[in-house]
Parts: sequence; C-alpha cells; structure tokens
Amino acid sequence: MNAFRAFILKEFRHILRDKRTLLVLFGMPIAQIILFGYAITTEIQNANIAVLDRSRDVRSLELTRTILASGYFTLNADVRSYDQIEEAFRKGRIKMALVIPPDFAAKLQRGEADLQVLTDATDPNMASTLVSYVNAIAARSGAQGKPPGIRIEPQMHYNHNQASVNMFVPGVITIVMLLVSAMLTSIAITREKELGNMEILLVSPLKPLVIILGKVIPYLLLSMVNVSTVITVGHLLFGVPMEGSWLVLAVACLLFVVCALSLGVVISTIARTQQVALMLSLMALMMPTILLSNFIFPISSMPFPLQLISNIIPAKYFIVIIKGVMLKGVGFEVLWKEAAVLAGMTLLFIGISVRKFRIRL
Amino acid sequence: MTPTATIVADRLTRRFGSFTAVNAISFEVRRGEIFGFLGANGAGKTTAIKMMSGLLMPTEGTAMVGGFDVSTEAEQVKRSIGYMSQRFSLYADLTVRENIRFYGGIYGLKKAVLNERAEHLIRDLGLDAEADRLVGELPLGMKQKLAFSTALVHDPAVVFLDEPTSGVDPITRRQFWEMITAAADRGTTILITTHYLDEAEYCHRISVMVDGTMAAYDTPSAVKSTLGVHTMDEVFLKLTRTSP
Amino acid sequence: MSALPHLLKKEFRQIFRNKAMLPIIFVLPIVQLLILVNAADFEIRNINLIVEDLDHSRTSRELYGQFEASPYFRVVGAPATTREGLDRLDHDKATVFLRIPAHFERTLLATGTGSLALDINGIDGQAAGLSSFYITRIVADLNRNIVVRERKGALQTAGRVQVKERYWYNPDLEYKNTMLPGLMVLLVTMVGLFLTSMNVVREMEIGTIEQINVTPIRKWEFIVGKLFPFWVIGLFELALGLTIGVLVYRIPVQGNVGLLFAFAGIYLTVILGMGLLVSTRTQTQQQAMFVSWFFMVIFLLMSGLFTPIENMPTWAQNITLFNPIAYFIDVIRLVLLKGSTFSDVSRHFGIILLFAIAVNVLAVLSYRKRAA
Repeated sequence: MNAFRAFILKEFRHILRDKRTLLVLFGMPIAQIILFGYAITTEIQNANIAVLDRSRDVRSLELTRTILASGYFTLNADVRSYDQIEEAFRKGRIKMALVIPPDFAAKLQRGEADLQVLTDATDPNMASTLVSYVNAIAARSGAQGKPPGIRIEPQMHYNHNQASVNMFVPGVITIVMLLVSAMLTSIAITREKELGNMEILLVSPLKPLVIILGKVIPYLLLSMVNVSTVITVGHLLFGVPMEGSWLVLAVACLLFVVCALSLGVVISTIARTQQVALMLSLMALMMPTILLSNFIFPISSMPFPLQLISNIIPAKYFIVIIKGVMLKGVGFEVLWKEAAVLAGMTLLFIGISVRKFRIRL
Repeated sequence: MTPTATIVADRLTRRFGSFTAVNAISFEVRRGEIFGFLGANGAGKTTAIKMMSGLLMPTEGTAMVGGFDVSTEAEQVKRSIGYMSQRFSLYADLTVRENIRFYGGIYGLKKAVLNERAEHLIRDLGLDAEADRLVGELPLGMKQKLAFSTALVHDPAVVFLDEPTSGVDPITRRQFWEMITAAADRGTTILITTHYLDEAEYCHRISVMVDGTMAAYDTPSAVKSTLGVHTMDEVFLKLTRTSP
Repeated sequence: MSALPHLLKKEFRQIFRNKAMLPIIFVLPIVQLLILVNAADFEIRNINLIVEDLDHSRTSRELYGQFEASPYFRVVGAPATTREGLDRLDHDKATVFLRIPAHFERTLLATGTGSLALDINGIDGQAAGLSSFYITRIVADLNRNIVVRERKGALQTAGRVQVKERYWYNPDLEYKNTMLPGLMVLLVTMVGLFLTSMNVVREMEIGTIEQINVTPIRKWEFIVGKLFPFWVIGLFELALGLTIGVLVYRIPVQGNVGLLFAFAGIYLTVILGMGLLVSTRTQTQQQAMFVSWFFMVIFLLMSGLFTPIENMPTWAQNITLFNPIAYFIDVIRLVLLKGSTFSDVSRHFGIILLFAIAVNVLAVLSYRKRAA
C-alpha cells in the first residue's frame, strides 16, 4: 500500500511539475465554456444581407425598414442588379438578398405581392432559418384583413430561452473528460513505454494492475476537478440550470470518467508510440464522439447505419444522463438504462486492458 | 598555442543560474591525440563537451576547435567535428546504410564518395549482412560502434565522444578502443569523456574533473606519479576526497 | 551538395516506415470522410412527434395526416393522457408534443379561432426553433385549406406578402455540401499541426536532435526538411478528400481547383509553422500535443465550421480575424460551392500570406541549434 501511495505521488508530481500541460488542462475547459457561453451560438443575429428594391415605393421601403429593424439582419451591400448580388455572394459578404419586384405597392393593393428571398444555401440551416424569419416578418407586416384561423401556442421545455449554452455545456463536459481521461492517460502510459520506463516498472515488485491504477488515479482526480470547474462556471456565469440532484450528477461523472480512463488504457495497450496513441485518440475517439454523440448534430437525422454506430459511443449515453439531470431534473429512476450501458462498457474496457496487459508480460 | 594544437580552451566557463557547471578550465589537445575527460557524474564533463561542440554557449572564456572560435564561429566548428553522445544518436527506424548515408549527406559528401565510404564502413564493421536492417534491431554494442563510425564518416579533424562506452560489454569496449586508437593514428583528434577509470590508460593525456574544475591535467602515468599512487582508482579517490 | 535532399529522404523514410502511423495518416481520414460526413448533418429531419387528439374531428385527423406526410416529422405515437405525453418528453422518447384540445373543430368553425398546444424539447434551441417553424407552416397550409373550403374559395388575401425563397448554390439544402469541405479543412489542419509539433519534440525526447545540432546543417534546411513532408501529406489528404467528395458525395466543384490548392499550400505553411513553433516551446510530445490541441479547439470553435461567425458578438468576430482556419473554411466553401475567383478571395490570400510569413519567421527565430 505504501508503494502504491508513493507511485501515485510520483505521478502527481509529474503532472503538477509540467506547467504548460497544467495551464492547458485547466485553462482549456474555462476557455471553451466561455467561448460557448459568449461566442458560439446558433441564434442568428446580424446576418449580412443585401436588398435590391425595384419598386422604391412606400410599401417596399416600409417592408425593408421592418425587416432591418428586426435585429436579425444587417444591410451589408449596396446592390443595383442581380450580378452585384451574385458578386456579393461569391465574395462571401452576404448570406441573403431580398429582391422586391417592381410595382410592389400596387400589387399589394390588388391582393398579393411577391418578395424574393435569395439565400446562400452553402449553410443550409442558416438559410432555412433566415427564410423562416423573413416569413414571419412578412406575415406580420401584411396581416391586415387576414382571415382568422388556428393559433399555435408553442411552449419550450427545459430550455425556455433556447440558450445554446444549455445545450453545449453537457457536450463540453464530455469532451473535456474524454480529453483528460482517455487521451492524456493513453499518452502518459505510452510515453513510459516509449522511453523504456515501463520495463523498469514492470520488473519492480509492483503488480501491473497497481501500476495502471497508479497512472490512472491522478488523471481521475484531475478530470473531476475539471468537470467541477466547467459545471460551476456554466451554472454561476451562464445560468445553466441544475434541476436534478448533485449527487446523481457526481456519480454519473465518476462513472463516465472511469469509462474514459479504461478506454485510455486500452488505447495505450495498442499503441507503441505517443504519436500513435495521440492519433488513435483523436481520430477514433474524439472525432466520433464530437460527431456521433448528439453533442452538435442530432443523431435522429442521421442515416440508419450511423445511428447504429452511435450506440457504441459511450459519450452518447453520458450526454443523455447529464442533460437529464441538469436540464430536466430527472434521476436514475429514468436514466438507469444509460447508466447500466456505461457501466457495462467500462467493465468491457477494463477486461480488455487487463487481458492485453497480461499478454504483453 | 602550440602549432599542432587542434583544441585550445582558455578559462572556459559555464554557469546555470548561480550554479557553475564548468569553472574556468584551460587545456590544449594536439592533433592525433586521445584526450580523456575523467570525472564523476555531474563533474562538468558533458557541459564542457557541449560547449566545445557548439551545442551550448560558454558563459565566459574561449575555446578554439580546429582553428575556429566556438562562441562566434560555431557553424564552422561544426563542419570540422564529429560527435557521439551518451544518448543513442542514430535513428532506430532507419537501416544501417540509411543512417550512414544520412549523416554523410548532411555534411555535404558527394554521392560517389558517400557510397564508397558507406560500403567501406559497413565492411569494416562486418555489418554486410545487417546493412539493410533497422538500426533499432542491432545489439547495443554494435549500435555504439556504428554510431562512432558514423561520427567519423565525414572525416572530421576532431571527434567528441561523450561517454561512448557506458553500458557496453567489456569485449565490445575493447574493440571500441581499438577503433578509437586507429582513428587517432590516422591523425584524428579525439576528446573522450568516460567514468570507467581503466579506460584512462588508453588515453595519451587525461584531465580529471572535479566540481567543474580540472583537478589534474597530464599523461596518465604522470598524474599517478605526481599524486604518488599506482592506480587510476586511487587518483580518483584522492582527488575527490580533497575537494570540498 | 546541400543537406536538404538527405533530410527530406530521411523524413519521408521515417514516415513511411512507421507501420502504425501510415494507416492513421492515410486510411483513417478516408474512413472519417466516408462515415462522418453523414453524421455532420444539422438538417432537422424525423423529429419525433407525439399527438394527443382529444377532438377526433375531420380537422384534427387532417392535421394528423399532414404531420405524417411531412418529412420533418415522424409521428411516434399517441399518448393516452397529457401526463403520459409530457413523461415521454422527459424520457426523450419524443421531441415535440402536439395537443389538439376537445371541441377544437367546433370552436374553430364557430368563432374562427382555435388553438393548439405545442410542447417542444428546447434543449437544442435551433432545432426547436425550426420545429416550431415547420409546424407553423403545416398549420398555415391547413388554415388556408379550411378557409378555402368553408368560404367557398372567397379567400381574402389583400395585403399578403408572398415570400418566394430561392436557395442558391445548394438548392436541395444538402448539408454534405457544406460539411465535407469543412471537415477536409479540419483533417488537413489536424494532421499538419499535430504531426509537426510532435515530430520535432520526438527527436528532442529521443535525443537524436542533439546529433543533428552538432552538424553544420543550416536552420532553414532543418526546418524545411521537417515541414516539407507534412506539407506534401497535407495537400495529398486534401486531394484525397476532394476526390472522395466528388466521387462519393457528388459535391459540386464550381470554382478553380488550382486556386483552392494554391490557397491550401499557403495555409499549410501557416499550420506547419505553428506546429514547429509549438515544438520549439515544449519539451515533451505530451506537452506539444496538448498545446496544439488547445489552439486547435479554440480555432475550430471560432472557425464558422459548426456555427456561423456572423452569429458571434463583435468581440468574438474580431478574434476570428486572426484565425487561419476561418479563412480556409471560407475559401474552400466560396471556391467549391460558389465558384469564387481569385479576385473574389484576394483578401483571404493576402491575409493568409501575411500569417504564413509571420508564423514562420517566429518559428525560425525560436528554433535554436545551441542553448543560450
């Protein structure tokens, strides 16, 4: 037990002595959460547009004014022809162009007038969102005498102001934990192998399992510190709600950290150099996690095979749990299935790494 | 400065913060001489060699190597020296032949010369069968001999060897010293550091370093007789004990 | 004879001899492009919808039918009670819960107004907004049908502004067309930045760099020798990605591919220079990869790949002016999808060239053959 403690202390010293890594380790989650909180948002503001008004009458000017006053758009190009609109698109200066055909007011008087909306669909979502905004404004501005009909009363649950930070915080927590736990651990262990220190440790009286545990425990603690930072900052600074129980959240985070650490150990048993460990973690772990975990892209819109693949991504389950606890306020009575899957995966990874480690000996 | 001296150090000093690793050492090494730097770990041997090979800037003092000043003409110095460090310096993932050609090529050897030297070297080391094997697969002793030969491939005037024999078995060590002596006989100046005291006997002259200073500087037998002892071990014990 | 060819030969040999790295450099990116492009899709389809119909009228059934026909929604059931419906929302079994109250049709026809209750899982704000927009459209269509039916075609449309949208450059709103070029940038950048930053530090860690430093190799020779192989690999990956994009995903190539590669060539020198800069400032591969990762994540998030730069506040937009990835993503989309010409993107070229010079000058200055 004494040897074990000494070993863990040694690992801690390694980590704490390395100022650059520490800075990145603790600076990155904070930088990320601040970026997500302040800068990265899917809410559209000030989209650059151009207006080609072929009527220049009272109604067309009024419509233009209403649209620009909405706050979603900024007039960024002075255009007098379709050619100029196209040029502005090609230079990437505008995302949308409104074209008001001649005789707008007169046509409106007679019944219906067209408003052409040209969007840069190289970003399809932005294009559809912009069109939906214009639609809403146009409907309001021309609404006089519109027949009564069905009203919809939409109610947003769990995220009343639709803040993107609420959606991203769980994702950031996941990525940070994966990075520290899986990536850093795999590289740290591979480093010992590459520099030949592993042989020295293996001939020491320490059992292999103890060596691995010693390597892993400091990173476990670091991950938990990091997660606490992210959650605290998200909660206090950005008002990310915490509807559920802190205990459930802590248990879930711990479960995921152990899962990620065991994945890191698995990678380190495969990789022989740090470069390989890094590239494996990046390409086979980080990218699929970012893309297939519901973090940014909705899994339900993906083709079926990818939906299947997404089932083997541990982060997917963790994100469900964390969103459930933080935003919906549910506990394990609802989330037990996800927790069970994570626990199962963890056992599998531990099993694989213990086997692999024995074979090497 | 004697006309045949290829290394001249004058009050060469290196400090790291408040710690003085090498303290004003002065010495000369003649052409074709094997000059040994002896001393315990941390005595300043490696620091001294790094300054003379242009890897580390001297804090004070000067050193001329092959007629060039290491402080101001480091790049010219590098053209005329070979270097082999205690850390293994060949690429484990390149073959024997590729390593030799790579280092020769870096020194700008012409292709024909390079090929001829490489083949010659491989033959001399008896590595014909292993020439296309990865260096990482060779036994340690062979790696060290290859590293030494590679350090000589561009025919440098001076070769710095930093603990070249550490961890090598006695037979290989013996062969290694034969190679060093042969090179010196061809006129190459050798500066070698070692902590194997018996190796001092192979050197023409030695300097024993203690805490960054030169505690002795002469031929091995002269050093022994000055101190009134019979073996190198005794020289070493006597010098280190007197140091504070 | 210069030492450069020998250095290059050595670097290429080492890269191609590394059996573990080769598949990672060449095969994984292909797999990623083939698989992950399908994943990187923001388009909102198959939103899970549950409907509680307490009205059971012709109108409510018509509404139900319209949702079933819509590609945006997948009707996944009808809860027995409102409580059960909200529970399903809690359990993520449904994203949208539509409630048609009792007597809906009767009220609508009698008073001209009827209301529907809509509960949306708003965690993904943008998706929620779009769901709500799609529903509004479906309901508006229904509205018009009813009006036409009930008033026998006497539709009052005075003052209506009819919005006619056109989606340029990507009329089918194909997300792949946007994401594939972006992911290519991501791959090229990751491979370039990580491999260079770790490569030089690796020689430091193993100790071979010392042997190189005692040779008369000139600084620029060493740096070019280190960077050029990764430059070639980066351009190769771009070509590979582009080929896959065109052959497999049929992404449009409107502009000049040569222009794109010219930009990529300069861009890669920026990224590789950054990698070198990182490696001169770090001592272990672990540090190098960590510092690279830090910059990579920040640059990536601020690049406009996932969320448009226009959405950011002004201060953040100002930061993106110094983000090389943002320029490349812009250029690759402009050139590939919109057919922009050199004069359209000349500003991007100028800026990236400045970056290239600045970063590499810094890198050369901070690489030292001799410790001071």
